[in-house]
Amino acid sequence: MIIRILGEGQFDVSEDALPRLNELDAAVESAVEQGDEAAFAAALAQLLDGVRTVGVPHDAEALDESDLILPPADASLEEVRELLSDEGLIPG
Amino acid sequence: MSLMKRISLIFRSKANKALDRAEDPRETLDYSYQRQLDLLSKVRRGVADVATSRKRVELQVNQLEQQSAKLSDQAQKAISMGREDLAREALTRKSGLTGQINDLKAQHAQLQGEEEKLTLAQQRLQAKVESFRTRKETIKATYTAAEAQTRINEAMSGIGEEMGDVGMAIQRAEDKTAQMQARAGAIDELIASGALEDVSATSPGDDIARELDSMSSEADVEAELARLKAGAQPQAIEGTESGGAVLESEPERRTTEGGAS
Repeated sequence: MIIRILGEGQFDVSEDALPRLNELDAAVESAVEQGDEAAFAAALAQLLDGVRTVGVPHDAEALDESDLILPPADASLEEVRELLSDEGLIPG
Repeated sequence: MSLMKRISLIFRSKANKALDRAEDPRETLDYSYQRQLDLLSKVRRGVADVATSRKRVELQVNQLEQQSAKLSDQAQKAISMGREDLAREALTRKSGLTGQINDLKAQHAQLQGEEEKLTLAQQRLQAKVESFRTRKETIKATYTAAEAQTRINEAMSGIGEEMGDVGMAIQRAEDKTAQMQARAGAIDELIASGALEDVSATSPGDDIARELDSMSSEADVEAELARLKAGAQPQAIEGTESGGAVLESEPERRTTEGGAS
């Protein structure tokens, strides 16, 4: 499957790696829900590192949609909340 | 639903909404291609803007480092003149500058990071725009409008996601740069007003330098006086000849000057 890290590009990730990534994702999610900025930053870094480690860069010229999209590495908790809201963020 | 999944769905739906749709799907391809080219030049400008900010911070770091070196010299000079109070003042100001310099260096590293990220984003978008152009020409040449729809949708959503990503990267870089521009502007103003302890030699507010200068000119005067006194007193055996020479040459010079006038 293809996972995009915003600001970094797309990675091809094997389905086998998904359970582990889902665990890391759950940690990010719970940090977002609790509003715990420190835990969030650490969990996001782990999740993105996980993707970079198991993934290989997707063909740069391909026009494929990603299956999953992740926040940029330096995203704040607030920015992730915005990503989850229906307003703006992607400039027209 | 997992966080990743939610973000993906929302991001994709926003990216799709941002795409232009024309009645003839093949026209949609041309509109979209134009928007891609616009976005490419926008990201190029973004890279240039961040580079300009980075250079400005570099310049400020250099300026402050020069001032810091000058304060070190002044402290050294003050110590050699036995003025610990002045040396302390110079070193205190220097330590204030060191804080500013470290702050600016951190900003510089951040701007450099943004510049690299945007440059890579530009390269990624460039590659995708290139292949979109090829795909667009193929679709237009090969399919009727009705047949083309599916292929167009595929190409559009792939590039739409990339455009959303790059657009967001530009926005983030602009926001960060704007914050730093504001701080850089404030530092420029501080430097200009002398409030940042600008103790360069040309600054009128440079009290340490002025005091050191006046001290060294006082010291020079004292040394000169002592030398003259030593020369004028015959009991200083070694000084007699040179002292005599000075005394002899003085009237001669006066005579010459007098003659010339």
